[in-house]
Order: sequence, then structure tokens, then C-alpha cells
Amino acid sequence: MNKLADYDGPILEIDKLSISFFTRLREIPAVMDFSVAVQPGEAVGLVGESGCGKSTVALGVMQDLGKNGRIVGGTIKFKGRDLAEISADELRDIRGNEIAMIYQEPMASLNPAMKIGKQLMEVPMIHEGIGEKEAYQRALEVVTDVRLPDPERMLNSYPHQLSGGQQQRIVIAMALMSKPSLLILDEPTTALDVTVEAAVVELVKDLGKKYGTSMLFISHNLGLVLETCDRVCVMYSGEAVERGSIADVFDDMQHPYTQALFRSIPLPSADKNAHPLVAIPGNFPLPHERPPGCNFGPRCDYFEAGRCDAGDILMENVPGNDRHATRCVKFKEIDWNAPVEVGEEKEKTKPGKVVLKMDNLKKYYEVAANALFGGGETKVVKANETLSFEARESETLAIVGESGCGKSTFAKVLMGLETATEGQILLDGSNIEQTPIEARDTTTVSDVQMVFQNPFDTLNPSMTVGRQIIRALEVFDIGENDRDRKQRMLELLDLVKLPRAFADRMPRQLSGGQKQRVGIARAFSGGARIVVADEPVSALDVSVQAAVTDLLMEIQRNEKTTLLFISHDLSIVRYLSDRVMVMYLGHVVELGDTDQVFSPPYHPYTEALLSAVPIADTSIQKEHIVLEGDIPSAMNPPSGCPFQTRCRWKSEVPGGLCDIEVPPVRTLQDGHQIKCHLSDAVLEQMTPVIKTAAE
Amino acid sequence: MDPLSWTGQIAFLNPLMMLTLAALGLSILAWMVLSAVLPENRAINSGAAEMMASGPRDWVASAVRYAFLAVIGVVLAYLILGLILDTKAGIIGALARQFLPVWIALVLLFAISINLKRKLGLYGKLFDSPIGMIGFALVMFWVFTGFFGAFDMIITHDPLSQLSGLKNKVPGTPLPNPEEGQFAWYLLGGDNLARDVFSRMVKGSWEVVKIAPLATIFAFMVGITLGLPAGYFGGRLDTFLSFLANLILAFPVILLFYLLVTPEIVATGLPQYMAAILFAFPLIFFGVLINSRFHTQPQKNYLWLAVVLIPLAMLYLSLINEKGSVLDIAPRALDFFDIPGGILVVFVSVVFVNSPTVFRIVRGLTLDIKTRDYVAAAQTRGERPWYIMLWEVLPNARGPLIVDFCLRIGYTTILLGTLGFFGLGLPPESPDWGSTINEGRKLLSIYLHPAIPPAMALLSLVLGLNLLADGLREESLKD
Amino acid sequence: MGLFILRRTGVMIVTALCLTFIVFFLTNLYPNLEKLAKTQGNFRMSDEAVESWLDSQGYMQPTIVKYGQWLGVAPGWTRENEDGITGRCITGQVSAEAAAQAPTFCGILQGDWGYSTVFKDQVSTIVSKRLGATGFLMLCVLVLMVPTALAIGVLAGMREGSMTDRSLSTVSIMSTATPEYVSGVIFIAVFTSSTVGLKWFKGTATSAMDNPTFENFFLPVLTIALYGVGYIARMTRASMTEVMTAQYIRTARLKGVSFRNIVVKHALRNALIAPFTVIMLQFPWLLNGVVIVETLFNYKGFGWALVQAAGNNDIELLLAISVVSVIVVLVTQLISDIGYVFLNPRIRIS
Repeated sequence: MNKLADYDGPILEIDKLSISFFTRLREIPAVMDFSVAVQPGEAVGLVGESGCGKSTVALGVMQDLGKNGRIVGGTIKFKGRDLAEISADELRDIRGNEIAMIYQEPMASLNPAMKIGKQLMEVPMIHEGIGEKEAYQRALEVVTDVRLPDPERMLNSYPHQLSGGQQQRIVIAMALMSKPSLLILDEPTTALDVTVEAAVVELVKDLGKKYGTSMLFISHNLGLVLETCDRVCVMYSGEAVERGSIADVFDDMQHPYTQALFRSIPLPSADKNAHPLVAIPGNFPLPHERPPGCNFGPRCDYFEAGRCDAGDILMENVPGNDRHATRCVKFKEIDWNAPVEVGEEKEKTKPGKVVLKMDNLKKYYEVAANALFGGGETKVVKANETLSFEARESETLAIVGESGCGKSTFAKVLMGLETATEGQILLDGSNIEQTPIEARDTTTVSDVQMVFQNPFDTLNPSMTVGRQIIRALEVFDIGENDRDRKQRMLELLDLVKLPRAFADRMPRQLSGGQKQRVGIARAFSGGARIVVADEPVSALDVSVQAAVTDLLMEIQRNEKTTLLFISHDLSIVRYLSDRVMVMYLGHVVELGDTDQVFSPPYHPYTEALLSAVPIADTSIQKEHIVLEGDIPSAMNPPSGCPFQTRCRWKSEVPGGLCDIEVPPVRTLQDGHQIKCHLSDAVLEQMTPVIKTAAE
Repeated sequence: MDPLSWTGQIAFLNPLMMLTLAALGLSILAWMVLSAVLPENRAINSGAAEMMASGPRDWVASAVRYAFLAVIGVVLAYLILGLILDTKAGIIGALARQFLPVWIALVLLFAISINLKRKLGLYGKLFDSPIGMIGFALVMFWVFTGFFGAFDMIITHDPLSQLSGLKNKVPGTPLPNPEEGQFAWYLLGGDNLARDVFSRMVKGSWEVVKIAPLATIFAFMVGITLGLPAGYFGGRLDTFLSFLANLILAFPVILLFYLLVTPEIVATGLPQYMAAILFAFPLIFFGVLINSRFHTQPQKNYLWLAVVLIPLAMLYLSLINEKGSVLDIAPRALDFFDIPGGILVVFVSVVFVNSPTVFRIVRGLTLDIKTRDYVAAAQTRGERPWYIMLWEVLPNARGPLIVDFCLRIGYTTILLGTLGFFGLGLPPESPDWGSTINEGRKLLSIYLHPAIPPAMALLSLVLGLNLLADGLREESLKD
Repeated sequence: MGLFILRRTGVMIVTALCLTFIVFFLTNLYPNLEKLAKTQGNFRMSDEAVESWLDSQGYMQPTIVKYGQWLGVAPGWTRENEDGITGRCITGQVSAEAAAQAPTFCGILQGDWGYSTVFKDQVSTIVSKRLGATGFLMLCVLVLMVPTALAIGVLAGMREGSMTDRSLSTVSIMSTATPEYVSGVIFIAVFTSSTVGLKWFKGTATSAMDNPTFENFFLPVLTIALYGVGYIARMTRASMTEVMTAQYIRTARLKGVSFRNIVVKHALRNALIAPFTVIMLQFPWLLNGVVIVETLFNYKGFGWALVQAAGNNDIELLLAISVVSVIVVLVTQLISDIGYVFLNPRIRIS
């Protein structure tokens, strides 16, 4: 059944769409004057920060806005039919059959109490009225198509029995069961690890081609859109601000927001000293506090009072380019090729003496084999295996790895929340690995502090910001009396560039970036010398990320702090770190200067990781390395080398050594360490994963 | 004196009341039928939405709203006319007049609260929710009734005195030979000992108001003080405490009451020992609360500890100490008051029954909250466990706990009624609602009036508490 | 799974032992025994006479020994005097030869539950008879309560905020606010009293012991069920609304599944996991309701026997009743645990 046969024209045509949500108090416009068209076989990306309305557009297309949402203007045409005018029955026939949707959280989108086979078979059984047997055959086919091993077992299992990557493949399979003409993907890979994400993205691309499906790809990640889409639409605060082909928007941008966005993400060309990121000033406006005229006006470098805030601004076509439009009154006047104004170039800081030294640190956990049913058996989880490194004063050491690699356990052991199983941690030459936090003296505790990942969780919601910082000061024995501490607290707010008035605010009145700043102020309240930053910016929007990163770097530079920066995002790691440590399943697989790690010879895992990270730069050419399968569970690690199950270089090692033995740590030149069996000769042959295309 | 009819001169309101009630019932029914028949409202665009606004759905919706307002209006008319006409408006009028202090207090409370609602946090938000307001009004009605009743303000007769000739008499019966200044009717009739049912009901509310909230607070203290460490530390402590809690929960409550509240057990002093343990929890709670907060500043710490703990300790000693009983340890000078033995036993058993459930709730909340990053942040700056539990975890568990607190007061009220119903603990002539229902039920098939007022009173109070809890839950989720 | 059931059963037995010991301890406190002696002997007994009577009945042994004997794991006491031998396992006073024939252990494990002083009968016969009557009552209550509550909860939670939801939620809040002794009194007043005139039902259920009919049995059943209905319905509604907003329901909707099938196929099973445990944990409460309602309607069942035993200091009967009710509660808890695991595939297969 070819659903495209009888229709010729855009699959989806959204014209001047406006969507509002109605609360008891007021109408909150979520999407305004939004237009986009998706041609057959085309993949269109929808990019923007959280809260810009991109998911609302998707739900609008699905006609599923909930009780409070309402389309207040414009039309959505699917294959030429206005979706607003069709009946509920017709709509149900389109959903799942002609338009399918894939969401962010694969676990949440599968029914936990229904077998996967049943959930898949349901789709053709509803829409095509086929029998159970036929539906089962179809399900088998599609599950094979999404490259899942052992399809029959998959169909017979419950969602929780699969890993995150497998679940997302099932969700994709479910969407493709009826061979829809339009596939809407709402941040389909955000919940997945980078290497798994790369494989899923590749799969989606291939299947899109195979089934001839058009795609609407919603993401906050410009790099991902570059890799998957033909055209892109950038959204800001409920409006589309720029729309065009990938090449036009990425290389010939015509809107200040798009430009600012590209300047604030760490591309390979950025450098924290020479070419620092440019953060977008100010905050994302709340839906009911949008400025008149251009929504981006207050944060725009090119803002001109009287023109930009005069009235509604419409999309205008950019002459010369193909279907390229922008929502900016001044786009013809702005010199888009002017170089970024670089502030003073900062000097590279020199690392000082060794502050922290880890020597053969091991952390094993004993866990019951089966949590609910108990029983005598326990399993040993090797969360950290022989960790050794040194960190110096004013140095940034990045710790890179995906979930389950042991980076959080390492942080816990360092902080004293857990004690080490073996090995030692030397802080200024004295051992702290066996001292739990209760037994540490105040100086040690205040010296080693932490910045947490989730901004919405890092502050106690029922205490004012000021009180929380003052409490830290009290515990660290700083200040003679309450007045002293109050003064010090206000200075800390200055340090993180927050207005002093924030001291009396409750955390819920702050934005994510502001909360993260308070978290940083709290960490530095006792004059911390070592700060562990656990993915401090990964939950923030791109435009805020740059500002928070900058702040962290600046404080570090001034206070000569040692920063242990835990992250899975290699772009930001390359941008800010001096040295990099790559971890996989509790092992350090590679350790070296940033340049050493980011250029060959690589550890095979680092190589794959580099290839997996999407980069929003059209001039970059990447070698395509897709890892098979998922990350093994730390409860059940493979024998020998931890990476051997997914390594593409395994065949280069003679005698199946990878299966048998954990490779030794080898030191290449200048202290660059790699844990791999590959011979020097093979390592020599490695080529760079990321190349800048010859201009 | 003539017997009072129910409505007297305002009888003309009765048909109106019937009419509005019927309208309300019919419109609700119509709405339910319609929502089953009509398809789900799919808001497409502005045009369609406006069209929908005048559809049958909205017609019925506004019908329900107006019918409801009409019912409220008629009820208000009854009350206001009753207030003005007093006994001329029959029993309802007389009742409305008797409750005058309560009306004044309620109107004042609501006027002040609604005016200041933006400054009052969660309490203020309650006034955004109609359900919460109705619940709060019901609860406060009985609180004020209990309170004024305790000062003999609302009652018409002494709840214990028996007037001859009024045994089992119907509502509105005049006294045979009223004395000067004596209220001339038994408004809600007389019970089988010829006592005034109305006055007993009003006095009974004071029994509930003075025991239920306090007992619930104690149960919360016990539950929180044990539930926090069980959830936070886990391990053997948790296993042990959870086992204990399950042990108590597996007991059918009535059996427990029968075992604890009989005079024989009271004679052994067991309830007093239990009181000594249970009442110690507030002391522990506040001691730890202050110490964990101020231990970095010893001077402040001692000051606060002294200010809070010394009065508490004196109160504690007075509470558990009783002359001539097994626990007679404190010097006379420190034993300020005695509580009647019956009440202490009732109090102890109600606290004992309630605390395991609170324990389970607190433990569950703690297990959830302790995984948050701000708890980890507190740990990494070297905070002591009790600080984390009481200042980082507990305040963030307050939403569900406040809601449960309201529900639990209702539950405690039901328990108190159960105790009274079985004649356990409280003295037999006590006017509390449970005992009154128990007495009234014996002749129920002939005389309805003695049992119905306390039953309705209990129902409306517990309903109010449930509605209040629902309103609070709804409003606290809106943040 | 087998191991899990085994462990839960172990915990249950420990709990049962603890609870029965507590009951045993409380009922065997000296004031209770003193009262027992006075009711069995005569009311004007001196303190010494009380003590010697208790001593001769074996009541003066240490509590733990008595508990062991009552349980049937310690040998029953015997006492010789000039006339013969008396003992726990011996009826009356017999000769040494006859005493040798008597069993050494006689506790509840051997099926010897003792003798009721109120009903002048073997405790085991009383308990089994009363339990049968109450079992029937409970069964009727469950049959009425569970389907009603689940239906109300599911219907209300299906479309949150709709009129159906609001009306049904009001009904369930009303019913949780009405304890049995209030609703019972109101029902009796409205439906049975001669003053109101609606003589639809009978105010007592005594005759339902032998011949339960709709007329004499419906009101007690309704009274107990009503209080539970509200609670279970609210739990079900909460669980249903939560499930209905879950992402996988949206997935199903956007797959084109019709609303009816979403509720029936996708939501129902997930929504019923939580209420299932609630229903099972309702049992201590149901027992409570049973006691109140049996007293109110004069239905001579288990709860009525409890009140009689407790009110008249009938130690052995009270003990037996406690043991049975504790075991009923614990067994339902065990079933609820197992059922939860069974209903929830996330736990079952891991």
C-alpha cells in the first residue's frame, strides 16, 4: 500500500499556526505565526532551546494538545487536508497510520505491563485490519529492520527487560509498523548515551530512506540536525526565526539569534583562551513576558529601538537562497561575515604543584544479586578499577565517559561519601581515601567541593538562596558572626554575577542557569581548592551553557582551583580542559593532554566517542564509526578488555588477547597513557576522526 | 409555650429549597449523561472553539452552576432570616441564632484570610480552591463551636442535667415549666435520660476539638522522629522499625482498643508507661531539631535549647505524672495539672494506632528525597545526618505531610467515635459524639432524634477535613 | 519467586508469634486474672484466695511458660495433690493412671483452644461457628465493595476533571467521611424506623444468621462496604489519573487506539496495581467495620463474639479471636505482596 500514490505536493504544510494554552489566569501563547512545509522524503529539523514551542508544534500536528491547549490560528494541512476539519474517526485513522511519533523517553513511551510484540502488532491490526499472524510477521520484519538481535525473544519480552537503546529501537519500530508518510521525532536520542545515540541516528536516517518517510526532527542539538536533516527551522520563544536548507542556515545565517547560538556552542575551532565562547546575554523570556516586536530584541547585539520593538515582525524571504526566510527587520543591513569581537585574549594559566593524587584507586560494591527476592548471593560490582592520576593547581582535568563508567562513584569516593576499597587518594600528600566525610576536618571538607548536574535539584527548594550559602559558611567555620557571614554571602553572589537581591529569593524563582550559579557560589564558599563539577552544564540550554562555563573558568583562573570536570560531551571537554581522562566501565582507558587525546593514536573507545559526538559545523568531516550494541552492565562486565565487545580494532590483536586479559596501561610519548592491546604499529596507522574540510 | 416547628415563619422557603435542590440534581444528571453521549471536546481553532462555547455542554455547565448558587442562596436565606426571627423561624431559626458567635467568627476569619491570601503561602492558596474553602469552613465551624461551647456560650442547657418529662421528646418540645432565664425548648429534643440533645452535641464537639488535633500532632512527632532515620539510614534500623510498624498495623484497631483501654489494663499502669514513651518524642524531636541547626554556634544553641526544652520538659512531667499512680516521680511542685485518666488512655491509644502509618509515609518520602542533589550537597559539606534529615529532607516533605495531617485528624475523629461507640475509655456520661450515638442507637427504630445530630456532626467534620485535605493537595500541586 | 514466598511466610510467622505473645501478655496481666478468678470463684474472694485459685489453675507461672503451654510447644502443667492430679491437659481431677494417658502438650497447635467462660463451650467450636457467619458477611461485603469501588475509581479517573469525575469523587469523599457507626445509624433511621415510615429493611440482622435474605442482610453489608468503597475508589482514581497522563497512554492515543481500548487494554492493568494492595490492606479495617456493624445490627458473628469476650474478660476466647484475626490480616498481606509481584511484570521478571 503506497500512501503517497494519490497525492503530489508537500506532505505537511503548516501555515501561520498559533497555539495557546489557557490557564485560569490567562492565555499563554506557546507558538505564534509558525509556518513550515515538509516535502515528500524530506527531513526537516526543528531547533530551539527548551520552552521555545518546538514540541508544541509536534503535538499540534498530532492534534493532541490536551485540555488546556488550543489552536488559535492558522492551519495544519496533511497531504492537502486541513487537520482541523477532519472528524475524530478520520483523525484516529491518520494517527499511527500516516503520521507516527517518537518521543524522548523510550522507557516512558512503552506500556510497562504489555509485551512488546503486542504493542507493535496493535498498530497494523487497528489500521489495516489484518489478522494476528500477519501482524506478528510484520512485527518480526520491522524489528529485524531496526537491527535488534533475536527478534522473536524481543517480541516476547516486557519493556523493562531491554536496555535504553533497545527500547528506543522498539519505539522506532512501532512508529514504522504501518509505514507512515510522516515521522515526527521529538528529541529521540536525548536520554541515550552518545555512542548509542550515534547508532540510533544512523538507523533513523537509513530507515527514512528505505521507507521513503518524511521526517520532522525536533532537537535542541544543532549538530544532530546537521547530521540528519535536509532543511532546518530555528525557533525562538514561540516563533520560527529562520528557516532554510541546512547549508543556508549553517553557513549563511540571516538571523541574529541563529548567529548567537552558533557562537555560544563549543565548535572544534573554539578555544577557551584564544576564541572563547560568546554567551547570549540575558534570559529566555517567559511566555507572558515577551517583549513587543522582536522577541529576541532585548538580547540582540543589533537591536535598534523604535524599529525592532515597533510591531509584529514577519518572516521575509532571503533573496538568492532557496526557500530561505528570516524574521529580522535588519537582516539586509547586518554584515554577517564580520568577525566576532574578541575580548582581551586571556593568558593560558600554568598548572602549579600537584594537589591531588590518585594511586591505584579501586572501589568495589557488593550488591545482592536480586534486589527484591533477596537471597544469599552477592555480586561484586567493580565500579572503579585501578584509577591513577594526578591533578595540579589551576588545572582542568576532564573525566569523560558514558553511563556506568564509574565517574560518579569516583566523585563519591573523593568526596568521602564512600570509602575506597583499595589504593590511595592523596590530598596535599596526606591520605584521605579511608576517611569518610564525617571524620574529615573542616578544612579538608571545604577544600574539596562539588557542583552538581541537575540545576532543579541542586538547591533545597524550601530555603532561601542566601540562607543556603550562609549555612555552608557556618559549616565551614567562616566568619565571626552572622553579619560577617551575610557580608561574605553577598560577596559570593557578586562572584557568580548574580544580583544581591537574589539572597532573599526562593530557588523556584530562579532559572536553571541562575540556580547553577548559586550552586557554584555554594561550592566556592569555603575557598574550595578542588572542585568536582559533575556535568554542570549538560542540563542547561546551549545559550546558558556558555555563560555558566565561562563563569566557572573565570573563577578557576582567579582562585587557582583544580577543576575536575566530569562530562560526556567531548565538544565542551575539548574546549575547556587541559587534560582528559576517558573512562569505560570503571577503567581509565586513556589519559593525556587534551591535544593528545583528541588526535591519533586513540584508544578505540575514544575514537568511537569522538566520531559519535555530533558537531554543528558543515566544514567538519567525520569518519563514521558506529559501535555495535549497548554498554555492558557494570554488574556483568565482559571478560578481558572491558571494551572488547564493541571494539572495531579487536581483530588487529593476535591470539584473542582482548577476550582473556585486561590490557596493561601503556605510556606513549609525553605521558599519554592508553589501556589497549593494540601494537604500536597499528596505533600509528590511526587517522584523525575529525577533519576540517579543505577550504 | 408551644412546641416549635422546624421552620416556623420561614416555611415559605421550603418549596423553594425543594425546587432548587431538584434543579441541581437534574442538571448534574444531565451533565453526566451529556458527557457520556457527546464526543470528547477537541479544541481545534478559534472558530470552532467559539462554536463549542454555546453548545449543549456549556448550557448544562452553567445550569449546574446556577442551580448550585441557588441552593447556596436559599440556605443563606434560611440562616439569615433565622438569625433575625430567632424562635419565630422555628427550630432552624433558633439554631441559627444560637450559633451566632460561630457565624461572626467564621465571617471574620474568612474576610481576613481572603484579604491577605497572597501573603499567607499555602494557607492563602487554599482560598483559591472552592473545595478547600468549603472544607475549611466546615472544619472551622466545628472548631469554633467546640471552642465557644467550652465556654458555655452556644449551649441552651447543661448537657448533663436531666429535666423530668422530656425523656425521648421530639425536637422543638417546650420545657414543661421553664424557670426564669432558662431556654424554653429542647431544640433537638431530649435523649433517653431527658438531657438536651443539642447541648450535648455542642459539648461533644469540644471533646473532639481538644483531643483529635493534639493526638494527631503527637502521632506525627513519633512518626517523623522514627521515620526519618529509618528512611535515611536504611539497613537494620529500617528493617527493625518497619517490622515494629507492621506489627502494630496488623492489629485490628478495635482489638487493640479492647486490650489497652479496659479498666484492668489501666490499673496496671501500662498506658501511663506508653504515655511516658510517646510523649517523650516531641522533646527528642525539638532537641535534635535545634541542636542540629545550631551546633556550629554553641551559644545560640544552648539558648534555643533552654528556651524550647525547659517548658516542654515541664509540660511532659505534668502530663505523665499522676498522683498515686504507678508514675509518681516528679516533685509536686513540677506537677502542674492532672489529666483525667480516661482521656490520657484514649489519647495514648489513638497516638499509638496512628503513628505507624505516619512512620510509613515519612519513611517513603525520605527514601525519595534523600536521592536529591541538595541532600548530596549537604553531605559533601559535611553536615551531620540529623541536620540533613530535619532541615533538608523534612521541609521538602511538608506538602504530602500537611495533606495527610488533615486526613489523619479526620481519621482520629472517627477513632474517637469508635471508642465512644464501644464505651471505651471515656466516662459513660461524657457528651462525646461516639458515646451519644451509642446511647441513641438502642431505641433507634422508635426515636431517631438523639442519635442523628451527633452522627451528622461527626460526618460533617470528617467530610470537612477530607475536603480541606483535597483542596490543599490540589493547590500544593499547582506550584 | 519460591524463595520470596518462603521468606515472606517466615516473616509472617515471626510477626504472628510476636503479636500473639503481646495479646497473651496483655490478657494475662494480673488484674485480668484477678477479675477472672472472682467471676469464676466468687466476687468476695480475699486476695489470698484469688492467688491460690489462680495458682491451682496454673495461672501463676511465668508468662513465657504459660505462652509456650498455650501455644502447645511446652508441656502442659500438672499438679498433684492428695485427691489426684489436675493439669492443663486433664479435664477435672483424675487419678495418676488417667493422668499418664493424657497428652503432654495441649495448645492451639494441638487444636486445643481452651474453654470459653462466657459461652460455656469449647472455644474452637465458638470460633469456627462465628467465623463462618462473619466469613459470609465479609464475602458479601467484598462482592459488593470491590467492583463498585473499582468501577467508580476507573470511571472518575478516566477523564480527570470531567463532571463524572467530580460527581463520583464527591460521592467517594462522602463515603470515606462516614464511619460505619454513622452510616449504620442513618440507614437504620431512614430505612427501618417506624417514624420515617420507610420500612424497607430490617433493623437487626440476627435472623440472617440462619436465613440471610435481602431484607435482613443488605443493610449490614452496605454499611461496611460503604466506608471501604470511598477509600478504594479514591486510590483507584488517583492511580488511574496518573496512568492516563503517562507517556505510554499518549503513545497509544497517537497510535490511533480508540479511547475505549486505551482504557481497557492499556490503562486498566497498570492502574489496578496500586489499588490491589490497598484492597488487601483494607482487611484490618474491614474487621473493624465488622465488629461495629455486628454490634449495631446484632449479628452474632466473629466481631460480636470479640465484644462479648473482651467485655466479659473471657481470656481464652479473646486470645483465640485475636490469633484468628491476626492470622487473617497477615495472610491477606502475604497475598497482597505476592499479587503485587504477580501483577507487576517489572518486578516479576528481573
